[in-house]
Amino acid sequence: MYKYTQEQLDSMKKVEATRQERLNNLFARMSADEKQKVLKENHPDYIDSAYEELKVGPNKGGKVLHELADLLQGRSRVLDMDLDLTKPDYDVDVLVIGGGGSGSCAAIEADNAGAKVMMVTKLRIGDANTMMAEGGIQAADKPNDSPAIHYLDAFGGGHFAAKPELLYKLVNDAPDCIKWLNELGVMFDKDKDGTMITTHGGGTSRKRMHACKDYSGAEIMRTLRDEVLNRGIPVVDFTSAIELIKDVEGKVAGAVLLNMETKEIKIARAKTVVIATGGAGRLHYQGFPTSNHYGATADGLVLGYRAGAKLLYADTLQYHPTGVAEPTQIFGALVTEKVRSLGAQLVNKDGEAFVYSLETRDVTASSIIRECRQRDNGIKTTDGEGVWLDTPMIEMIGGEGTIEKRIPAMLRMFGKYGIDIRKEPILVYPTLHYQNGGLDISADGMTTNVPNLFVAGEAVGGIHGRNRLMGNSLLDIIVFGRNAGKSVGKVYKNVELKELTLDHVKAFDKELKDAGLNPTKLSPQLLPNYTIQKDI
Amino acid sequence: MEKMVNVFLFGKKYEVPASLTIMTAMEYAGYQLVRGCGCRNGFCGACATIYRIKGDKELKACLACQTQVEDNMYVATLPFFPLVKQVYDIEKVTPSQQIMMQLYPEIYACIGCNACTKSCTQDLNVMQYIAYAQRGDHEKCAEESFDCVMCGVCSSRCPAGISHPQVAELSRRIYGKYIAPETQHLLDRVKEIEDGKYVELIETLMNKPIEELKELYNNREIEK
Repeated sequence: MYKYTQEQLDSMKKVEATRQERLNNLFARMSADEKQKVLKENHPDYIDSAYEELKVGPNKGGKVLHELADLLQGRSRVLDMDLDLTKPDYDVDVLVIGGGGSGSCAAIEADNAGAKVMMVTKLRIGDANTMMAEGGIQAADKPNDSPAIHYLDAFGGGHFAAKPELLYKLVNDAPDCIKWLNELGVMFDKDKDGTMITTHGGGTSRKRMHACKDYSGAEIMRTLRDEVLNRGIPVVDFTSAIELIKDVEGKVAGAVLLNMETKEIKIARAKTVVIATGGAGRLHYQGFPTSNHYGATADGLVLGYRAGAKLLYADTLQYHPTGVAEPTQIFGALVTEKVRSLGAQLVNKDGEAFVYSLETRDVTASSIIRECRQRDNGIKTTDGEGVWLDTPMIEMIGGEGTIEKRIPAMLRMFGKYGIDIRKEPILVYPTLHYQNGGLDISADGMTTNVPNLFVAGEAVGGIHGRNRLMGNSLLDIIVFGRNAGKSVGKVYKNVELKELTLDHVKAFDKELKDAGLNPTKLSPQLLPNYTIQKDI
Repeated sequence: MEKMVNVFLFGKKYEVPASLTIMTAMEYAGYQLVRGCGCRNGFCGACATIYRIKGDKELKACLACQTQVEDNMYVATLPFFPLVKQVYDIEKVTPSQQIMMQLYPEIYACIGCNACTKSCTQDLNVMQYIAYAQRGDHEKCAEESFDCVMCGVCSSRCPAGISHPQVAELSRRIYGKYIAPETQHLLDRVKEIEDGKYVELIETLMNKPIEELKELYNNREIEK
């Protein structure tokens, strides 16, 4: 039994007392105006003081969070290095930077096209947000659904800001991607007759969330990893890309690589480069905890930006409504939205529901913040405050055993601290989860203004607009990972590289100085520093 | 004042807050992690760790990110273990028992010591799923091993040299591809898309003014 405070225990009793009534009377959905109001007043994206204007680069004048501005306008590591670019250590057709889902998909498809591919990753292949995606992956493959309905759900959920050509690709390629994964051996949850077991996610109008229990991302990632290894695609691990290399014609032409352990530098020459570096949760924007993996530090955005690639919607982040608020050991860890898809409700300290459980993520997160900060209806926790997520409702709706069968990872994660989510509700608060924005690409996956530089996965901006629906991220890494792989598989054949150069890095540094900036902070960040010791 | 405990990281004593996990205790002590740290949420298997509480005979294994420190805990991380991963072509394997005999014959050398199960960081019945793999029962092996994070602790304890996580990975892929029932509605939809059935529908949406799309979105029918 977990050691809750007396206040928490008293509040939990109130949650139990209202459970049956709440089950019978669902909280109403918000109107469009109500959503706008709760977002404006509570969503972290609307806190002006957290943002600053970029002084240099392709998005000069645009606003990003302070933490990202420091890195985009940081100091390149290569400025202090004397590098010989004429004798590359690696010479490939396709260089994939990042070892997650989108990088693996790109590598597999480029390999299919006959390209000589190499992956580099600063940790191991599979140490990525893909591995941690729990709830599922969307695809409109049921008879009552269609890619057009999926399009409207995602476009509206993203506040009508998605790039239509990218969203079109996302929804239209979705069923084929599920089929592709299935044929690679991914074990989707199915009925005996093969029908996919699907649920709602926040903001979906059809049940199109496919899942592999609540290890959806892990099951997909380990399958992709196994496939990359079966194909013998070289994976250079514990090696980060610290700068992109161009040729004298301005085409991207490779990357400077850093061994994370020995600090050795290697030069990779490549006819095409795919940035698949994922998100930025470990920058802890606005002091939020994060559900992201250890390496999520926006490296790809920095690399691309210095090479001249534009950012789109880099000012908008996703705070997942339900990060763990208690116990402190797993503070900020993800509690999958699937918990709410299966029927658990959000409840305040008095046992009252205060929001429809499956509003879009930004609206739900904002409602939780409002309940705690504006209305003082939160419950105090070790690290701050939170609200209840009433998990026992799941088995009242789905029957005994539902939790063990459908969300075993959640049962296990809380079980380690003596909390049985089948019998007790859990405490949650929003956690930094996803980078809605990123590098701007066209439908072929190439950046809009740097030749032969492609981007896939969470490092892309514009697929989802200004908010992303559950299950559209696992989908986007597969769709746009494969897409980038197929594109580079064609493009590399016609690329003739000229002399390699890092002049763009020097030029960017000059721009910084001209703007009165003289940064000392090295970027990209590569890893967060959680040690309390100072460098000696 | 926060309660403190003594932990021994690779044998060296550090005093750390009792509320920390093994991983955050290492960082508190001053280790900037590169190895042995991945998702920090119990899904990636990067932080396999072996420990013993002083005075306790039993050697325990865990994920460092998912385990709270205890007083007098002796900790050694296992950031890498040389698992054997056999290379195969998923298009050419057959859902048979033979494939296991070909690729992972060492599973038949299992002596039934159960050290794998006892050490599993996910509390899986590892020896049981290896038994299913021996019989070529891919469905049961896949199901029993499904929550595996491939941390490799089981293999580090195995006297027969079995790479349990890789055996299970093969069974899961075989099950997912060849044995699980086919999904007709998926195949139908993919065919429709290939035939261009939805192009016009989506393009019509794409070309509508935002105000009209807002109307459509706010009034769309939502499946119960």
